[in-house]
Order: sequence, then C-alpha cells, then structure tokens
Amino acid sequence: MALNYFQPLFDVIRDKDRCIKCQACARQCANEVHRYDGDLDKMISNSQQCVDCQRCVCICPTSALKIVDNPNKFRNNSNWSQQTMTEVYKQAETGGVLLSAMGNPKEYPVYWDKILLNASQVTNPPIDPLREPMETKVFLGKKPKDVTFNEDGSVNTETTPTLELSTPIMFSAMSYGSISRNAHESLARAATELGIFYNTGEGGLHKDFYQYGANTIVQVASGRFGVFKDYLETGAAIEIKMGQGAKPGIGGHLPGAKILEDVSRTRMIPMGTDAISPAPHHDIYSIEDLRQLVLSLKEATEYKKPVIVKIAAVHNVAAIASGIARSGADIIAIDGYRGGTGAAPTRIRDNVGIPIELALASVDQRLRDEGIRNEVSVVVAGSIRSSSDVVKAIALGADACYIGTAALLALGCHLCRSCQTGKCNWGIATQRPDLVKRLNPNIGYERLVNLVHAWDHEIKEMMGGMGINSVEALRGNRLMLRGIGLNEKELEILGIQHAGQ
Amino acid sequence: MKKYVIIGNSAAAIGAVQGIRSVDKDGTITIITDEAYHTYSRPLISYWLEGKVTDEKIYYREPDFYEKNNVMTMFSTRAEKIENGFVVLDNGGKVQYDKLLIATGSKPFVPPMKGLDEVEDKFTFMTWDSAKAIREKVTDGTKVLIIGAGLIGLKCAEALYHLNADITVVDLADRILPSILDVRAGEIMQKHIEQKGTKFILGASVEQFSKNSAKLTNGDTVDFDILVVAVGVRPNTELVSEAGGKVEKGIITDLHQQTTIENVYAAGDCTVSHDCSSDTDKILALLPNAFMQGEVAGKNMAGEETLYLNAIPMNAIGFYGLHIITAGSYNGDADITEDADKEIYKKLVFRDGLLKGFILMGDVARAGIYTSMIREQIPLTDVDFELLREKPQMMMFGKARREEKLAGITH
Amino acid sequence: MKKVYVNEDWCLACHLCEYYCAAANSGAENMIKAFANGNKPIPRIRVEEGSGINFAVQCRHCDVPLCVKSCITGALSVKDGVISCDESRCVGCYTCVLACPYGCIVTSESSKVISKCDLCMKNNNGDPACVKGCPNKAIVLEER
Repeated sequence: MALNYFQPLFDVIRDKDRCIKCQACARQCANEVHRYDGDLDKMISNSQQCVDCQRCVCICPTSALKIVDNPNKFRNNSNWSQQTMTEVYKQAETGGVLLSAMGNPKEYPVYWDKILLNASQVTNPPIDPLREPMETKVFLGKKPKDVTFNEDGSVNTETTPTLELSTPIMFSAMSYGSISRNAHESLARAATELGIFYNTGEGGLHKDFYQYGANTIVQVASGRFGVFKDYLETGAAIEIKMGQGAKPGIGGHLPGAKILEDVSRTRMIPMGTDAISPAPHHDIYSIEDLRQLVLSLKEATEYKKPVIVKIAAVHNVAAIASGIARSGADIIAIDGYRGGTGAAPTRIRDNVGIPIELALASVDQRLRDEGIRNEVSVVVAGSIRSSSDVVKAIALGADACYIGTAALLALGCHLCRSCQTGKCNWGIATQRPDLVKRLNPNIGYERLVNLVHAWDHEIKEMMGGMGINSVEALRGNRLMLRGIGLNEKELEILGIQHAGQ
Repeated sequence: MKKYVIIGNSAAAIGAVQGIRSVDKDGTITIITDEAYHTYSRPLISYWLEGKVTDEKIYYREPDFYEKNNVMTMFSTRAEKIENGFVVLDNGGKVQYDKLLIATGSKPFVPPMKGLDEVEDKFTFMTWDSAKAIREKVTDGTKVLIIGAGLIGLKCAEALYHLNADITVVDLADRILPSILDVRAGEIMQKHIEQKGTKFILGASVEQFSKNSAKLTNGDTVDFDILVVAVGVRPNTELVSEAGGKVEKGIITDLHQQTTIENVYAAGDCTVSHDCSSDTDKILALLPNAFMQGEVAGKNMAGEETLYLNAIPMNAIGFYGLHIITAGSYNGDADITEDADKEIYKKLVFRDGLLKGFILMGDVARAGIYTSMIREQIPLTDVDFELLREKPQMMMFGKARREEKLAGITH
Repeated sequence: MKKVYVNEDWCLACHLCEYYCAAANSGAENMIKAFANGNKPIPRIRVEEGSGINFAVQCRHCDVPLCVKSCITGALSVKDGVISCDESRCVGCYTCVLACPYGCIVTSESSKVISKCDLCMKNNNGDPACVKGCPNKAIVLEER
C-alpha cells in the first residue's frame, strides 16, 4: 500500500563497524527483516517486518545488531496513545479482530510485587537449607479430613489418587500445535527428570511422548481434540479445561495452516482444517454437568487418576471454585488474566479476567470458610514469574503453581508476542520444520531443568529464612506476607496485613 | 627378532617402515638405497628446482625418522642381486633378510635418438640429483628443449618457467598429458601453458640432434642450451626377475604385495597393480599408491595379514597455477561440463551403474568425494544423481551413509 | 578419542560454524578483526544445504587417513589421532583433496597451500571453535 498510516514499531540498528556480513541474521529471520544485497555488498534491514523477537541480536557473532523502539512518534496524547491509534489504523485497514499472543502486557497492578515476605530473627531462627533438610515435595489431590487406624496400626482411611511433585511447580497446558514438537519434547523430558508434570493442552499427545506419560497431565477441553482411551490412560492426571486466563469466555482457534501431518494425527482431525475449540463445553452448563464429566473420566480410568478442573480467574471465581470442589474434582487450577496464549483477541486478552493473586486469596478463603479446602488442591497460573512469586502464591494458599511463559522463556522465547503468525524464530510457537529444528530439545530440556532447579533452591532459601522447612508448613501461611502500597480493600481480599503491621 | 630389509628409500619404502613398525617394534630394518639422501619426496624435485621448496623441505619425513623408527640405512649402496636369503651389494657386502621388500621404483626411459650422444647438456628428470644438475645449467633465458609432454616433462617445464628459461616442449603425441587428460582437457591446459610462454611442438619427434639443436620430423629446428628427456619411465624389476620372480609390465605381486618369491615383497612404481576402476592390471606410478602398497607390504612382512585393495589411477597435479584432479578410467558414458573462459572442465564417466572416472580442471574442490565413489564402487542408485553431477558433496549420499560418516552412527 | 560429530537434525544452516572456524584460524584476535577490510579468511568447515537438510562437514580425523597416506611432502601427519597440516611443508599439489572422501581439505585461490581442521589444536588447545559457536548443538565434540 502506498500510504502507510502506521509506522514500524521497531528500528533495526546495525553497527557497520561490527557487521561482518556473515548473513546469520538474514538466514535466521523468518520475518525476512534482514537481507544481503550482493550489488551493494551490504546487509539491509526492513524494520517494518520486525517483531523484536531478538533472534538476530542473539545469534549475531559480533553483536552488531540492536533493536530499538522506532523513535518516530505520533503527536503525544495521553488519551490516544500511539498504540491505540495504530490499532485503529490496522482495523480500518483490515476490518478484522485484533489478535495478540502471550499474556496481557498492560500496566495493571502486579500484586506479587506489592507483597513482601517475612524472615526470622532471633526467635524461631532461620534454617540454612544447605545444612538442614528442607522439603519441597507436595501432593496434589484430595486430602482426607482425618486419619483412622486399624487395631494392628495400619491406616484405615480411604485415600484417593494424588500427584506427587518434587517441587511445587508444573508446566502449564500448551498444546502440540500451538507449540512445536520440540518444545513439547523439552517440556516432557524436563518434567520427567524433575519429577513434576507438564500438560498436553488440548492438542492431544504425540505417540512419541507416551513414554513420558507418568509425568504428563492430559487435557480434555471443549474441542475434545486427541481425546481417546489410550490418551486418558497414559496421563498421570486428567485436566478438564473450562477456561484460560488469557481469554476467559472464549474458545480457541488453531489455523489449518498449523495442522500438518503430525498435528493432525495427534489431534485426530483432518490435515489443514481449522481446529476450533468452542467457548463452552457443549455438555456442561452447570456444576452438575461438570460433575458428570469428572466422574465419567474417572470411571473411564478406573478411579486411578486425579482430575483437575481448570478455570480462568474471573469475577466470581470463589463461588465457581466452591462448585468445582463439590464436583468430584481433585484439583482446581486457576489461571490469572496475565496468563499466556498462542493467540487471543487483543481486547479479550487485555480486558477480561482478574489477577491471579486476588483470585487465589479469595478462593482459598472461600474453601476454608466452607470447610472444603481439603477436598481439593489449588494450583495457580497466570504469570508466575519467579520463585518468589511461587513462595507468595503458596503462602496465599496455593498447593502448587503452573508456569507457562517462564518455561517458554527458558526455551528462548523473548515475548515478541507474535505466536499467532506461526513464524516463531525460536522454534517454539511454530510448525514450520525449518523453524522447529531451531529448538533442540536436548538443549531445551536442560534449560528447563536448570530453571526449575534454580527456583527450587531459591524457594528453599526463602522458606529457610522464614524458619519454615516444608512447603506444607508454608501453605496458606499468610502471616508470612505483608502488603506494600496496597489499600484496605486489597489487603482484605488478600487476607494480609500491611508492611509495618 | 625378524630382519627386515628394504631396497629403496622413497614412498613405498617409507610406507613399509611405518607398516612394519605398526606391528613389530623390535625387528631390525635396513634400508638400502643407491641415492645419498635422507628420504625425500620425488615429486618435489620440480618444486625444488623452481625454488619453491628448500633443501630442508624436500624431505619426505622428518630428519629423525630413521632414528625414531629404529632403521639402519645404507646410503649410496646398490643392491646387485637377491641370493639365498641375502641381498648382495655392489660393494661386495651381503645383507641377510627374513623379509625383503623391493621398492626400487622406476628409471627414466631414454629411447634411442640420432645424434643424442653429441648433446652435452642432456638430462632426465627423476631424482634430486637430476634436478640439481639441471639447476646448475639454467639461468635467465636459458633455452630448454624438453622431449615429452607428460607429467614429468611438463612439471619440469613449469619449474624452469619460474627460472625464466625459454622452453620448448616436443612430443610425438598430438596432445599433452595423454595419460591423465582427454583431448579437450588437454587443449585447455595446453592453451593455459602456452599463454605463459612455453611453446609446444606436438605430433613431432626428433630426427637428428646436434650439440645445441634438434631437427624435428616436421621440419622445424629447435635450438637449445640444455635438453631434458622425459618420454617415460621403466620399472626397476631386475632384482626380482634375475632371482626368478615373475615380472610382466612390472613386478607381479599378490594382494599381500608378496612377489612369487617367498619372503620377498614388492611395492610402488616397480610393481603391477590391479586397477579396480577398469578391472585391469597396470603400473600405477603414483606416490599415494606406492606409500599404501608399501604399508600393506610392511604389515604383511611383520605378520599382520593385510590386503591391498581398491587401487585406482589417480592424479592431483597443477601446471602454471591451473589445477587438475583425475581418477579412474574414462571408458564409459561421459558427462561433460565446461567453462573454457574460466578454464573449468569437468568430466564424469559412468559405466555399469558406477562412477568410473573423472577429470576436474580448474575447480577441484572436494574431488575426493568422487574418488571415494570410484574406490568404494558405490552404486549410482545409492546417491542423488543430480547432486552428484552438480558437484562433489556429501548431500548426494543417503541419510544412513551421512550419519555413519559424519555423525559416527552405524546402522 | 573425542571427535567432532554433526547431527543434521539440528543444523540450521546458519553458517556460523564457518565464520567461527575462519576467525579462529585467521590468527586475528577476534571475529571483527578477522573479517576487517574485506578480509575473507577461509573456514575449514563447510555447511551443505539441501531441501530441509543441512549439515556441516569437516575433517573426520579418519583412523585410516587417506590424505596423510597420500601426502607427497609429509606435510600432513597424525598426532594423537588428530590430523594436521604443516603448512610450511605443503606445496599445494592437492593430492589430499583427491584422496579425502569427505571433501574436507580446503583450498583457496588466495592461499597456495591447503588448510584443514586440526580440531583447533593449534589455535585453542583442542577446543574447536565450530563446536563452541554452534547455536543449536548440531556440532559436538564427543567420544563415540
């Protein structure tokens, strides 16, 4: 088009004194930003197509590249930001719904950053995790109210299946299709080595990954893609996906272009057809309907596997969670509004749902108030960014955390938020074979293992500082938390006192 | 302790020393050579003559090679005959052997030519001594007549070109390098060399020499200051034939490099090899062939059974900066590409579903991939033919071979 | 002995191995200097690209080294399993090019002699630049 209403977001800056024209940037950019011009004997960039994924910057052997914000600015306007204006131009041009990927990037409060942890001094002294035993193992599932014993001393209480995690971290649901086979392999192998779980998302489970079944949570979502007997039996647990933090209230749409042979076989849909997950499960319109599905899945797997129900964090999340706890589910997973996605309508991603911190606090409180907290474990997701987020989540009442975005970052993702284009230069959110091979699972799984090991160390350090030697003793221990810069209402919902109190 | 004796001191002899020592560290090794030098590389004499290779660098192996390998040497000593487990020397001495290797190479062939005796400064070009003798006589503008447009003659010509000699090459054949090049490749190379000022008179021979000129059969007369005769070589087979061993074009050996005489082995330019690309027996007077035959002979002499297989003619050589690599035989269906302006010529020869031979001129990169096709007789059905034609590349092989060769994965 | 192996499943054809190799063997202090002023140092590794398949090829340091056996000058030799070339003794006859079944002897118009991979023995004590520089572990130094 001759007239461009909007300008490139980024400017590719090449230091000509450093560039050796090796063309690695050109070969590595699926957006075709870089190009070698033989006539000019020069590298040339087309910033218009740059998504700031940083692949070229990372691979440049002489650090000759920088990607900066395009300094070109529309006239300042505090109401009409350049981005808002640009979105209007785009829609005026295309007539389409704006699409985005990964989590909500807007400047909403991040409550994790407004919560501080306690540490012991003098009395109840801190524990040095390098010298003292420290337990990060957790079990997810129903916990019996009390334990009774037989005369011979054996346990008389009937227990239900649980998931055993070496550390309270799991990899969130990301479907094969939305992410690549190599990303899945990395997650599966890492979960296996770490003694935790990863989650298939709703894309089914590739036959090659059945070997990691003991560390796999298989998801059943509204599209029911890839769900069949072997699939259910292979997983260690089954997750019913009711909603997703990045796009509460709507379904999913994996374009046909990404449904290549293996994805098609795994999802059990024809090649090239769009995979559309409806917004609701068409058989679930009540907690009773949900209960039916929970029990059906349990029946199908002989009551050997815990069932998780995953919901997005929305306004009345506490009441919903209460219903789920009564539906027969063993675990509730709650996904906050900053959770990632491979593609979501921008308006939904940026404006629907609530922060996970508030959702978690109110759910935990509600379940306690109703005396059913032991009926379910609570797993939280939706932007757990660090080990301190994990510790704070557990102190607020969570049993474990799902990490999705952080796991992808470990695999190379730079949050360019362009997953929906299918041209992920890091080999993660793509099905293009030449791009997929950029993620070597031998490297990927090791980086994931490193990440979780590092977090586990840090969790132990923080717990030790508080004089706590097990995750069990930290869970729901809100006395360990203080708010900073929060108002009375926020403190009330979080159930914590302000710093200094 | 075994007594090993090697007659000769070039590539085959050195190969034998390395072969023996890879098996037997203790046996005694004696090298008998009629030359006076530490082992030197025969093909380097043209580079030495040109001044590109110094006295220190002409040696084929490091100065401490004999010491390190515990080899006794008898320089400037000629072996006269083999007799009852002894080598009889020209100085009357005798050397006893348990295992003997004949690595005597070849000698220049000088055909009878009228008036040759009158020429004072006439040379052949096979040894360092011959190169030294030529060097003595050549200065700027020295007129040199070379008889023979084969590998030796042209390599000599190139060296002398760098010494600013005025060179004329005469050959009876109507083209140059007929042993390794086809007609077209020969033309390109001839043009290349002529552009450097070296003159060719082909299809002619010398009718009559006088002291400083030659009258040719085509009527021309060529004046010269020195004459180099490089029309061919003959294998040194006498030691074996006189001892009753079988000799045809050269010394006959089995695949162990053993002659028909017990405990006597032979290797190198004096022997007949089996060319697997043409399935014929011939002398393969090539340094790599000599070394490898010597090595196989050495191992067998020391008791480790080894066969010499997959021999083919092959040559890598350059003249006046234009490189040629050739291998195999040219009898078959030819696939030719040519860019004469760039002096690039490529000929691939196929027969019986195999690559049988090739000529690469100008662009010789990765030629060994083709060589491996010929040596290993890899069927064309196992490779991507279009990629094979395009250029030598590992991509033409199937994944299994690539993984075996590049990733160390055996299937 | 540890050797360099390539896994074509992970080769991205980024060609960085060639640049890291060329720079490491150029004698220059860093890559920018190695390629400064239009210099094009020659890599001893080369990437072959095909439809969806790429891989790097460099000297396999064969147990039966045809290049060494063929060398007419003795410039090529094996030490502790590593085949290297004494460039001061090479005359550029290319007999090794003729012999190497992998096409791993490197020739260039600018240089009269050959060069070849020595597993970075000379420039970096056997820590190959291609392995270090490969962004996807398609090239590894391993015992196999």
